[in-house]
Amino acid sequence: MDRHRGVVLTEPALSKPERDATLPPFEVLVSTHGATVLRVCRALVGVSDADDVWQETFLAALRVYPTASKITNWQAWLVTIARNKAVDHHRKSFRLPVPASGSGVSDSSDGIFAGDARLGAAGHGGGDAVAHVVAANLEAATVWAALAKLSHTQREAVVFHHLAGLPYREVAHLLGNSPEAARRAASDGMKALRVILAQSRTVSERTSGEH
Amino acid sequence: MNTDVELPLELAAVADLEAGALERLRGAFLLAAESGGLVDVAYRVLDSPVGPLLLAGTELGLVRVAFAREGHDSVLESLAATISPRIVRAPARLDLAAREMDEYFAGRRHSFELPLDFRLASGFRREVLAHLPEIGYGHTASYAQVAALTSSPRAVRAVGTACARNPLPLVVPCHRVIRSDGSQGAYLGGVEAKALLLALESHH
Repeated sequence: MDRHRGVVLTEPALSKPERDATLPPFEVLVSTHGATVLRVCRALVGVSDADDVWQETFLAALRVYPTASKITNWQAWLVTIARNKAVDHHRKSFRLPVPASGSGVSDSSDGIFAGDARLGAAGHGGGDAVAHVVAANLEAATVWAALAKLSHTQREAVVFHHLAGLPYREVAHLLGNSPEAARRAASDGMKALRVILAQSRTVSERTSGEH
Repeated sequence: MNTDVELPLELAAVADLEAGALERLRGAFLLAAESGGLVDVAYRVLDSPVGPLLLAGTELGLVRVAFAREGHDSVLESLAATISPRIVRAPARLDLAAREMDEYFAGRRHSFELPLDFRLASGFRREVLAHLPEIGYGHTASYAQVAALTSSPRAVRAVGTACARNPLPLVVPCHRVIRSDGSQGAYLGGVEAKALLLALESHH
């Protein structure tokens, strides 16, 4: 520092940040994409394990972030990392995401419903508000369970395109197929999802009718 | 929030994450990131009588204090460019700085005792900043008087520049440097903020 004394009366780096080479503060990625990445994690590994995978995703991203200046689509980048972490997770736990069982919402200790049960218990406000939150959670749990029933490729295509908003070009890159195949998988996946959702609604209506 | 994604009706139920889910995750993530040494710059925003203050710290200490009028977002972008983009909102690292700030604004603290990271000021600017704490609480000095303390006693304008670009205002008391005619002069937090600080210090 001292050898610059007297010379550096003007500003050093501060006044001329190299804007084009600059990455946004990592916080921006967390606040902008945290929610989407969490939905993707939940869809890929179930609600209860999603927290771990979310955390591993952002830690891995933070670790390599300073070298990520070539990345143009942060969402696609994060979703890719999340998907890799989900694969690692399945490899570690030797199981696929919760094959949701039947009417489902009851006591399943498997991933998908656990988080929602906890949530319902946490309770926000009283009376109607709680009922509303619980109903919304049941609805969400039904969708997560339906997603878990799709074939691997269809589920990933639906999650990456419809839930994470990635274009088919990026989805194809992740799935290792063509954009056309990715589009077809997403479309078939959505059709299958509608069928599963219609079935589970019929089941739950019948169940609630019995009481 | 990401609003670009239009969810198909079938997926709408999963769009809303339960309240607090992300904050809880963030908290756990920050702990892991800190203990893994992955947070190069942590920051928080503190409410104060001179408006919201951005406090940013590295592992070495407090590195930047910024007023709202400087634009906190652009200050953070600048920190990303000059120090590291591994910047996260992690209040814990700034607890000490926030506490000392609160004590200062309450009139209970006359000098700051916390680790400082001066990497954003080099050369003569840094030399000027090193002399500013010599102006005691409740006192003022002119730009010329401060220049006289340095290795370049005639560099009055450069002292003005060093104060105007002080990365650690309040903690390094550039607000105590005023014009030779006794008027308060400019301040990077605004003239009202400077007046408020000098009035605060004259009363305690």
